[in-house]
Amino acid sequence: MSTKRRLYELMALMQAADDRLSKGIRSGEFMCVYWPSRGQEAIAAAVGACLRSDDQLVTTYRGLHDLIGKGVPLTEIYGEMMGREIGAAGGKGGTMHIAKPECGVMLSTGIVGAGPPVAVGLAMAAQRKGLDRVTVVSFGDGAVNTGSWHEAANMAALWNLPVVFLCQNNQYGEMTPVERSMKIEQVAQRADGYGMPGIRVDGNDPVAVLAALGDAVQRARRGEGPTLLECLTFRFRGHYFGDPGAYIPAEQLAAAQAADPLPTFRRRLLDESVCTETELAQIETDAQTTVEDALQTVLAAAPPTPDVLDRDVYADATNCPA
Amino acid sequence: MDEQVMNMREATNLALDQALAADPRVFLLGEDIEDPGASGPTKGLSTKYGADRVFDTPISEAAIIGAAVGAAMEGFRPVAEIMIMDFIGIAADQLINHAAKLRFMTAGRTTAPITVRTQVYGGIGTGATHSQSLEAWFMHIPGMKVIVPSTPRDAKGLLASAIFDDDPCLVLETIRLQAQRGPVPVDPDFRIPLGQADVKRAGTDITLICYGRGVIESLSAAELLTQDRVSAEVLDLRTLVPLDVPAMLESVTRTRRAVVVHDAVRFAGPGAEIAATLQEELWSALAAPVARVGARFVPNPAAPVLEAEIYPNAERIAAAVRKTLGPIGAAYRA
Repeated sequence: MSTKRRLYELMALMQAADDRLSKGIRSGEFMCVYWPSRGQEAIAAAVGACLRSDDQLVTTYRGLHDLIGKGVPLTEIYGEMMGREIGAAGGKGGTMHIAKPECGVMLSTGIVGAGPPVAVGLAMAAQRKGLDRVTVVSFGDGAVNTGSWHEAANMAALWNLPVVFLCQNNQYGEMTPVERSMKIEQVAQRADGYGMPGIRVDGNDPVAVLAALGDAVQRARRGEGPTLLECLTFRFRGHYFGDPGAYIPAEQLAAAQAADPLPTFRRRLLDESVCTETELAQIETDAQTTVEDALQTVLAAAPPTPDVLDRDVYADATNCPA
Repeated sequence: MDEQVMNMREATNLALDQALAADPRVFLLGEDIEDPGASGPTKGLSTKYGADRVFDTPISEAAIIGAAVGAAMEGFRPVAEIMIMDFIGIAADQLINHAAKLRFMTAGRTTAPITVRTQVYGGIGTGATHSQSLEAWFMHIPGMKVIVPSTPRDAKGLLASAIFDDDPCLVLETIRLQAQRGPVPVDPDFRIPLGQADVKRAGTDITLICYGRGVIESLSAAELLTQDRVSAEVLDLRTLVPLDVPAMLESVTRTRRAVVVHDAVRFAGPGAEIAATLQEELWSALAAPVARVGARFVPNPAAPVLEAEIYPNAERIAAAVRKTLGPIGAAYRA
């Protein structure tokens, strides 16, 4: 199968998963808290297409697309979001905290800027074990102004660790535009201060992201250290689901929607004769079916029982104070 | 079991040395822990085990703990050092929101069995940002274990347990105890289980519940109180989480009186939890309210004369004991 087709399949699944949540919450069909990834699919698809299954990913609360890209089953993602036993952590972690080590998803953090230090440790482990595994840490533009991001960037560069710092610059840190959060023009410029390459690409173009990410991953795999890869994109549904988005200028949103990575890449696949219209429609139908099947499985699944509460607080539950 | 007399610093060093020797998963990271810059308990270890097992980091507390968490998720047993406990605020997110919670949030898919060693500097004139006993912060976080040794023997046995424990452990070392000497088992397998308090002095009239430096002051207080013909039991908790509630209840059921002693500020300190537990569990058995002796609720002052005012000492503990004993205490003196 062509890489481009694979990228579109992943993007279509990510879009369908986000759209279905939006539809279901909006209509009152079900409820969960959710930080939408709609608009950022090209980056996550490239991560999915680029990484080996043993490569690791650290992502954030806005991670639906990243989790799908790295192969976490949708029933585990939706199940965790909706508080079901079949969720990734049986409903104890929630939307922001999904992990699946078998897929290389080691951490989803709810704390902006907290992922990079953990990625440093995961990469340190790979280096110590002599593995050529790479850790990609995904974060937004807001994270690059936190102290822990800078501590980790410095440490990863200093120790030549196999990390890729993947910035999904969706132009807003929560409700504040990026230009009101940093003086410099590009996040990628921050790399200079740490002695690592900094590259900015169009984050709505999965082929461009894949090429740049592939270079960064290979560089890390060869033992040449970290790279900061900034992917410029946009989030269509605001910070959290239900965000009125009053802070987003209408013309900016319109321009971003005109550059929606899904229809844009779809047209390109037709123009380049990678897929026929029939094939693309089939990919989209399949994605929707996959999402609907997962959703129905999750909605029919049992919620957790209270007896799980004191499990996994400590390795041994007897350590837990009353 | 073979024992050698050594100080707390040497006992900690021996525990680290033996853990590094026993298990290749163990490594040490922190600020100025590598020779020739190392002057504390890590001295000599990078020379012995190499700088890939014992290494300096930049002054980056969040990344030190985050890196330890990531490596621990992958099966390593990192021992991270936060040079002075007051600096732990910078790393608090990694400890509180990540190390402590990963096991729960992922239903056991990921865990962070790290050990964090840190030193409490209070009492040596270093002022408000280099002195604090902040153990209560971490007692409040489900998932963390909090350990405070008071003797060289306990320092070695508890640290060995912490390093090989499956949960994140915070080990407080107390600078004013570092030169204290005592017998230490040299056996590499010597461990003290976490969650087991230790009677450091047996007594019948009152229980002094304490840990860390509070144990040393409580032992002195117990000695002073013999002049009052008061027999004080000194119960060293050794770990605050897990908390050995059965040992506390057993002792206080016998003595019917208790004073809790710690260097953390008294207000909302560990003693509040301990006193509340005793009063809930032993209300009808207690002969007097449980008293607490802790640091005054002020930023740690620098001038020696001021600093001496805020911390528990033997006289203050003895005074609290006499007050708790009340007329019965007076009867003893008669």
